[in-house]
Amino acid sequence: MRTPSQTVGPFFSIGLLEHSASEISEVGIVVTGRVLDGAGEPVPDAMVEIWQADEDGRYLPDFGWGRSGCDDDGRFSFVTRKPGGVDGQAPHLMVLTFARGLLKPVLTRMYFPDEEQANAEDPVLSAVGDPSTLIARAGDGRLEFDIRLQGEDETVFFAV
Amino acid sequence: MSRSVPALESVRDGEGPNPPYIHPDYVSTRLRGPKRPLLLLPHTRSELTGPVFGHESVGELDHDLTRQHDGEPLGERIIVSGRVLDSAGRPVPSALIEIWQANAAGRYHHEVDRHPAPLDPNFTGAGRCLTDDSGNYRFVTVKPGAYPWRNHPNAWRPAHIHLSIFGRAFTNRLVTQMYFPGDPLFEFDPIFQSVRDPKARELLICQFELETTEPEWALGYHFDIVLGGPAETPMET
Repeated sequence: MRTPSQTVGPFFSIGLLEHSASEISEVGIVVTGRVLDGAGEPVPDAMVEIWQADEDGRYLPDFGWGRSGCDDDGRFSFVTRKPGGVDGQAPHLMVLTFARGLLKPVLTRMYFPDEEQANAEDPVLSAVGDPSTLIARAGDGRLEFDIRLQGEDETVFFAV
Repeated sequence: MSRSVPALESVRDGEGPNPPYIHPDYVSTRLRGPKRPLLLLPHTRSELTGPVFGHESVGELDHDLTRQHDGEPLGERIIVSGRVLDSAGRPVPSALIEIWQANAAGRYHHEVDRHPAPLDPNFTGAGRCLTDDSGNYRFVTVKPGAYPWRNHPNAWRPAHIHLSIFGRAFTNRLVTQMYFPGDPLFEFDPIFQSVRDPKARELLICQFELETTEPEWALGYHFDIVLGGPAETPMET
């Protein structure tokens, strides 16, 4: 039997954010967003991790993982390079969010707004019903991707 | 959508050893836990791969929380060791484990912690290590104290160490808490009790171990960690 998950609690920064790695690439795109609770309030004691392929759609052991804490506004931020498509899927980031109040992390995927055709053909995006919470918004020189833990526009979360 | 694809299968939350997202006794889950069904992802390389951390990412003394300052921390010195296994029971080598904890008085070295217990200038309470080729890990630290929180009147957390583990795949990620045997606070703690299956709760409790106890120096506790999620063959590098 697997070891059960427990929440990261409110004090995880001493163990996990000393080693945050929000800069996956020195230059590249900024991926940012807010973690929000069921009342639409920011979740400052959250942490977001991402995992992605490189530009050619290859997963490498030493590239593509990132970790960002959240500020008082619940905002996380990464600098990275846009991945290529993987296994016939549209380019995407795997996004895992931990927080006080989450007894286990929530897993989602972030897709890119400039990939209309690939997104339409993506086997996951086209099989989730409403994919809108999974596609980032193009903002002012950056991509915005909010993670809504609960509520009317709750983000689509996955199991494996 | 340009073609019609069968919807992803949905999974009922709260099945298996993991706690559910919504566990009302732990008040913070009420607004933070998702309520919609989870959708089951296919196992592509996105699900089956994960970062690999090399030896350069861990310092020589990072596993020893009693040697990070000029003096020694106060408290009961302990050695926590065990193995990291995948869901098929195979050891996971080079797994990065990060831990954090309160000091012996039950106080975290963290600005948000307002518990009026003393800080220990010789204890930060954070460490990390990589498992060896057989999946073994070992930390040296002090036993953390219990501490109060505001979930409900007179709420106290049983003593615990937080652990974060990377398996072979990103989807194997686990963050958990390790508790100590015989703690009288177990029955009152909604975080521990959020795991519904009593057998699964047992997996969160370490065991005293005389073999790893070092004479005249430190008590040994054993804690194995079994990861969930897909466990395919290790990633080729």
